[in-house]
Amino acid sequence: MELYQKTIHEINDLLDKKEVTVTDVTQAVVNRINAVEKATDAYLSLQTEAALEAAQGLDAELSGRAKRTSLEGIPYGLKDNMCTKGILTTCASKMLYNFNPPYNAEVYDRLSEEGGILLGKTNMDEFAMGSSTENSAYKKTRNPWDLNKVPGGSSGGSAVAVAADTAFYTLGSDTGGSIRQPASFCGVVGMKPTYGLVSRYGLVAFASSLDQIGPFTKDVEDCALVLNAIVGHDAKDSTSLNLEKTDYTQTLKQGVKGLKIGVAKEFFGEGLQPEVRKSLEDAIAIYKTLGASIVDVSFQHLDYALSAYYMISSAEASSNLARYDGIRYGFRAEEYSDLVDLYKKTRSQGFGDEVKRRIMLGTYALSSGYYDAYYKKAMQVRTIIKADFDQVFGGCDVLLTPTAPTTAFGIGEKTSNPLEMYLTDIYTVPVNIAGIPGVSIPCGLDNNGMPIGMQLLGPILSEETLLKTAWAFEHESGLTNLKAPLGTEV
Amino acid sequence: MSLTREDVTYVANLARLEFSEDEVIALADQLGAVLDYAETLSGLDTSKIKATEHVLAVQNVFRADEIESCLTNEEALANAPESEAGCFKVPRVME
Amino acid sequence: MEYEIVIGMEIHIELGTKTKIFCSCPTEFGQDENTHTCPVCLGMPGVLPVLNEKVVEYATRAGLALNCEIAHFSKMDRKNYFYPDLPKAYQTSQFDLPICTGGVVGIEVDGVKKDIGITRIHIEEDAGKLLHESADGTLLDVNRCGVPLIEIVTEPDLRSAEEARAFAEKVRNILEYTGVSDCKMEQGSMRFDVNLSIREKGSEVLGTRTEMKNLNSFRALIRAVQYESKRQIIELKKGHTIIQETRKWDDTKGTSSSLRSKEEAHDYRYFPEPDLVPIVLEPAYIEKIKSELPELPEAKKQRYIDEYKLPEYDAGVLTTTGVTARFFEDAVALYNEPKQISNWMMVEIPPLLKENEVSMENISITPAQLVELLKLVKNNEISGNTGKEVLKEMFSTGKNPGDIVKEKGLAQMSDTGELEAIIEKIVSDNPKSVEDIGAGNEKAYGFLTGQVMKATKGKANAQVANEIIRAVVAKHLA
Repeated sequence: MELYQKTIHEINDLLDKKEVTVTDVTQAVVNRINAVEKATDAYLSLQTEAALEAAQGLDAELSGRAKRTSLEGIPYGLKDNMCTKGILTTCASKMLYNFNPPYNAEVYDRLSEEGGILLGKTNMDEFAMGSSTENSAYKKTRNPWDLNKVPGGSSGGSAVAVAADTAFYTLGSDTGGSIRQPASFCGVVGMKPTYGLVSRYGLVAFASSLDQIGPFTKDVEDCALVLNAIVGHDAKDSTSLNLEKTDYTQTLKQGVKGLKIGVAKEFFGEGLQPEVRKSLEDAIAIYKTLGASIVDVSFQHLDYALSAYYMISSAEASSNLARYDGIRYGFRAEEYSDLVDLYKKTRSQGFGDEVKRRIMLGTYALSSGYYDAYYKKAMQVRTIIKADFDQVFGGCDVLLTPTAPTTAFGIGEKTSNPLEMYLTDIYTVPVNIAGIPGVSIPCGLDNNGMPIGMQLLGPILSEETLLKTAWAFEHESGLTNLKAPLGTEV
Repeated sequence: MSLTREDVTYVANLARLEFSEDEVIALADQLGAVLDYAETLSGLDTSKIKATEHVLAVQNVFRADEIESCLTNEEALANAPESEAGCFKVPRVME
Repeated sequence: MEYEIVIGMEIHIELGTKTKIFCSCPTEFGQDENTHTCPVCLGMPGVLPVLNEKVVEYATRAGLALNCEIAHFSKMDRKNYFYPDLPKAYQTSQFDLPICTGGVVGIEVDGVKKDIGITRIHIEEDAGKLLHESADGTLLDVNRCGVPLIEIVTEPDLRSAEEARAFAEKVRNILEYTGVSDCKMEQGSMRFDVNLSIREKGSEVLGTRTEMKNLNSFRALIRAVQYESKRQIIELKKGHTIIQETRKWDDTKGTSSSLRSKEEAHDYRYFPEPDLVPIVLEPAYIEKIKSELPELPEAKKQRYIDEYKLPEYDAGVLTTTGVTARFFEDAVALYNEPKQISNWMMVEIPPLLKENEVSMENISITPAQLVELLKLVKNNEISGNTGKEVLKEMFSTGKNPGDIVKEKGLAQMSDTGELEAIIEKIVSDNPKSVEDIGAGNEKAYGFLTGQVMKATKGKANAQVANEIIRAVVAKHLA
């Protein structure tokens, strides 16, 4: 196995034994980027020179030091909606084509403190709105398992960088499935933590009450390592939870004996690709052999989740994206007649179609006369969905579902019908509405060799249970650190 | 329910967006379809349900009233498309 | 037909916290443009607000001082609209659950007392400043963005410009006392909007109202109310209907003009601010703030009457502002002569403030200096008239009264030996006066006294001089 193909914990072993240097590791992944990035287009901008320089600096420092932290010297990528001082942060939008933040996202500060080595900023759907990364204003990221297929979205670039071994791990953001769905499509591990667990400071807001940052990794153990670094209270984020520090690797390998895993028929309904169903059934069988008990659970109101999600997320987005007005930063239209025209031209030219659609939907849902019917109603439905999950988790520890109804679809396949694209999020959005954690791990391949993702959900702050459940399956099935059929030179 | 072109134009103005005739027609269709889908919500009686604004019961998060460093004028204006005399510049405002 | 003016007010007050409402930038007024900003108040992508605890405390204090109920549960909301002075394109404010509700403030106009209802007080952020100094555009200064405000909304209980003014003054007085704001109108720390309608006297129904914005002084408030009520009455007399609209007051022209009609009114799309969590205030917190409230003007005035035996008028004047009351109390603490201090503060100090173009806040003399001066007068070391001159000198130089008296040789001549010699000479030089006195004309004493004052350039202690004159004249007559 090549160095760049290894997991973080494998690299950690080599670094700790001084068998390789940080420079070796970084050079390997930079070479890999040079070899395949033009085929996958996972990154919007690269910092490879700075990364190699940082690696050399770190090697010099580490030579005189016995201990290193788990992410020290590990090259990674950040979704381009996390602010990085002095490094362009575009959100894959023309609106922020030249935006150079004078501040860092809290997660970037934390990873820098850990000694992480930033390789670049990854592609995404513009302002994280989308399920295929086709809404990027700059490039189409391709699924390394089939370059004609989408990587999923909105954190498609982050998923692909890990799947194509052009980063050891990446961070994405998940508002309605934007980590889990691309993780599923690309055959990697992707986790959306409990709302409030990871600081949102410096994450360019899409829908504030739903957004959450989380990791993409090659296996479950790496997921725990990255979580350890990014979880924690941040006084700059009022919604950040103030809890005692957890080491997510501690409970990872405890097994699932006696664990109650729920299966709900509402997640196995119409439109589910047969191979996805089959693969999930196989996973259930594996869990049984591992000593978990499988219980039937059911939801009363899951059908309403997608509508509620699109109302809440679009309403919040319409307000969050109002600040892009061409006055203080970012794009400004070249020609305008007066102030109102400056606003309209700038915003109409600076935003892409999907972003404009969501702003329109959200503005409508909040406008005079419609607030009660759409926005308020959605917030009430949110209460109901939450109660549904509470009731389900009264009967099981973990809920097992498909991450998405299908495996990755073709580039351009769903771009003409927004509603059809929205329906691909049907299994992921209820999680954000309830604020609970969810992880997607690979559980097989379909007939075309495309990865299938299994989603594990748990109540608020059940990350340890989810990771141990995920690890047990991964360990037993051997579906770990999957390699896309992408050559060394593409 | 479907969205009229007037609705689209009204909302576009609120959102400070502008669309061509064709775009308005397409948006009325696309947004109408999403709203029609959202109509399923109206089937649910929520009259006695409290709205959930925050999924977690966090409250009273405050900051001490202590001054921290500001950006310099140059840093504040560094990303501005147009500036003059240490200020952001916009077309003349009458109001 | 007799008309009645119905007025409701909205008062915006900048709170005197050190930092802004959602970030740690200073709130200081009058700094260079865009030097008190950070990513949060610039509304940059990805930043988040954290509520300043002092804002909650000050708003609670203001609410208690204005007799409001303090909400156990309140929350922040977003008010969405586009304007260059609003970086996020929404103002973080409070919509349906404000921090204070249902207060009352008593006012008095022409001896008539009246209670004005307060509907609510909410907390929100101030906007930036637009400067019209550029030749071909408008400039934006973000320094003021995020300065904390409270907005006080009244019931439509006010009936005249005088009542509006009395109410505004009372609110300023109370808030300045409680220390939540300096209420400096010239710095925009206190601003008024007026909702005004006209109805037939005796009617219970409210007429169509207009909202007038941008009133930044008491003068503007009075003039705008007078102008708008007159305008509406004229319209009604012509048989026209009043159009519901927002109007902008132009203080230089003394007129108002339509800003936008009801149809053009903003659709603010309020919704709960997802980036901020609810404010939940326990009774113990509210009680604590209540117990820490300073003595408010009404109570203070009564205490001045009871404790210092001051006339009601004096007590009223001295308690008009917290600064004046503090000066008075500091002086009384050093020198227990409340009436003497009151007289000087009410009669002598105001013209000097005016002359020197300063206010009580930045007065150049200290209570201790005033007390030193009053003691000099009381002890007859200088005359009252000299005292006034010394006070004037104190204002312009900041010197201590004792030093001024010494430097200028203003001390009264109370040395009997020296005075006796002068008086002996004057009496000898004016035998006619002595004769007149002998003949029973007491007025001649006045002439002699005048001569003594002339000779001593007014420094003779009048009382001592008179005693000596009488003694010397008696000697001459004997």
